Amino acid sequence: MRAARERILASVRSSLNRGRIGADLEAELRARIAAHRRNPIPARAATLDHRAQVDLFVTMAEEVQATVARVSSLAAVPEAVAHYLAAENLPAELVMAPDPSLDAIPWRDWPLLQIRRGRAHASDQVSLTGCHAAVAETGSLMLISRPQTPTTLNFLPDTHIVLVEANQVFATYEDGWDRLCARGISEVPPRTINFITGPSRTADIEQHIELGAHGPRRLHIVLVEGKQASGSDDGEQDSPPAG
Amino acid sequence: MLATSRNFEARARSGLANENLQRALALARTGFPLRRRLAIERLPEFEALREIGRAIKDHTIEHLDFYLEYYETKVEVSGGQVHWARTPEEACAAVLQICRSAGAKTVTKGKSMVAEEVGLNEYLEANGITPVETDLGEYIIQLRKEPPSHIIAPAIHLVKEQVAETFRAEHRALDPARLLDEPRQMCDEARAVLRPQFLAADVGITGANFLVAETGSSIIVTNEGNGDLTQILPRVHIVVTSIEKLVPTFEDAATLLRLLARSATGQEFSTYTTISTGPSRPGDLDGPEEYHVVLLDNGRSALIGGEFQDMLRCIRCSACLNHCPVYTAIGGHAYGWVYPGPMGAVLTPSLIGIEQAGHLPNASTFCGRCDSVCPVKIPLPKMMRHWREREYAKRLTPSVYGTGLSAWAWVARRPALYHMFAELASRALGWAGSGRGRFRALPLAAAWTRVRDLPVPEGRSFQSLWAERQKARRPR
Repeated sequence: MRAARERILASVRSSLNRGRIGADLEAELRARIAAHRRNPIPARAATLDHRAQVDLFVTMAEEVQATVARVSSLAAVPEAVAHYLAAENLPAELVMAPDPSLDAIPWRDWPLLQIRRGRAHASDQVSLTGCHAAVAETGSLMLISRPQTPTTLNFLPDTHIVLVEANQVFATYEDGWDRLCARGISEVPPRTINFITGPSRTADIEQHIELGAHGPRRLHIVLVEGKQASGSDDGEQDSPPAG
Repeated sequence: MLATSRNFEARARSGLANENLQRALALARTGFPLRRRLAIERLPEFEALREIGRAIKDHTIEHLDFYLEYYETKVEVSGGQVHWARTPEEACAAVLQICRSAGAKTVTKGKSMVAEEVGLNEYLEANGITPVETDLGEYIIQLRKEPPSHIIAPAIHLVKEQVAETFRAEHRALDPARLLDEPRQMCDEARAVLRPQFLAADVGITGANFLVAETGSSIIVTNEGNGDLTQILPRVHIVVTSIEKLVPTFEDAATLLRLLARSATGQEFSTYTTISTGPSRPGDLDGPEEYHVVLLDNGRSALIGGEFQDMLRCIRCSACLNHCPVYTAIGGHAYGWVYPGPMGAVLTPSLIGIEQAGHLPNASTFCGRCDSVCPVKIPLPKMMRHWREREYAKRLTPSVYGTGLSAWAWVARRPALYHMFAELASRALGWAGSGRGRFRALPLAAAWTRVRDLPVPEGRSFQSLWAERQKARRPR
């Protein structure tokens, strides 16, 4: 393996007609990486004010068959979730991320909702998670893996409900990434970062788009708007200091 | 994977005569280009992004040794391991060794063209490990023991009746009287059959669309979610990929991601774009305990600096296949190896040799659509011409082509003679065909008239008409 490594690198250098790069160039390349320079970003979302970005996020998410319920406060979330499950004829049972930022929601107001906290298992039908960010550009959700936010919740259950607070909506993927960097975890990013844009789908048989290939058949977003949004995100309680 | 590219002509002919294939291709021919066009019309910056995408990949290739070493260091920092492989054999051996030390019996697989390239499934099976393909298209063709016919839609050559037939033959535990008329039912059946496989697998193998040097991450782009279940459920995650997938930073990957889905399926963004870095972290409730990257060269490093270097920019979107009049007429299997269509016509001879794959760069009308839709501006027709030149230089071209071309060149370099022949031919053909409009058959041109008619010339050559016109216009 060591030999293969050296031979491949030697072959690359010989094709480039040079030896190992010099110290100056190496410093330049390292600086290019460290700079986190953005390439030009499409104007679509970046030029909008925040309210319009939230609207664009909803439009784009619905375009790819996610469903969105807009509520005015965290207090309204349990009812919105219960109504969604009832309307879809789903059991009032869900597995929820052991994420402290979801603790602020008054789940006790809706005792009929049975909630287990933890990772997802094969038998779980419905999951509920927060998110790291939401991207207006394409209606994508950005979720990261941590002990409080296990990734199986995003893929195993048939129905995935995601709580998004309006202040988590950003214009672009890069904005979501910057938010990781600001929390000092871009050096070694979380094990898994998922950008999720609508429910699972396939077009492998005659180009027919069918939802629910292997991942969730339904992706439901509960968007918390209005003054009462707590402003917390999925990790403020436990994230390391920025920088 | 064993190459059968030598049989291109025969397989192209049988593809044209295959009714199911023609029905399936008719759907692809219209669907993919339409969806791509609609997506691109919504993004005014698309042209500018193509140029940036090209520059990112060129920059990375020109400093590939640096980025490879940087990437490897970062993978190790995150607790993963890179296994370098010069050849398909080395790549397969590395995967097997990881599977063996994990005590693996079954592995699930997300779609990976590099795994196809190295023939990983056959190798694992021969060594007592059962690989289960989980992408719906890959699963179908695995059951049918067929190679993929398209780089992002591997079962695009099939119609739903064939899929139903395959499922009935293979899923014998299910009720034989069940309905399997619509893709929806087949999709649900595959989901139900594969779910326990995901949960039982000891190792999950995926490919990578991009590798990010900055963080040592691999990125996969899927719609089904199979790649994610493949990599988060088993104890070990192996990424099988190749050296040209590197990009420097997340920002660079983001630009290429904006190009990829739009060019491939015409989606704004694929359903799942997943960035994976190392094994799961202390305290994580799920995710793999081990993370390995098998990094294949297989001739790619030798392409740098030569006339085929631009091919290393390819992000495997398949736009060139979907817009190619040859691919969409004959399907992917005719190409005889992993990569079909225009990108395959350039890449296949580079990786398995022009001796094996000489037909492929000749299977082009040079209409240039592949070039014009490529998200990273790879000059595919130009490179196919390079291969034709090499083939000719190596004397691999049939001698009748050489003789014919030499004769034509000899005449074409002598304008007076050329004009005389052209005038003669158009007069003769015009006379022979007068009143008919078109020829159904012509001596010496049977290959042309077998499949189409030749319009009858007007009786004068272009040059003589032009000369006359110039004369009439000349000032007194």
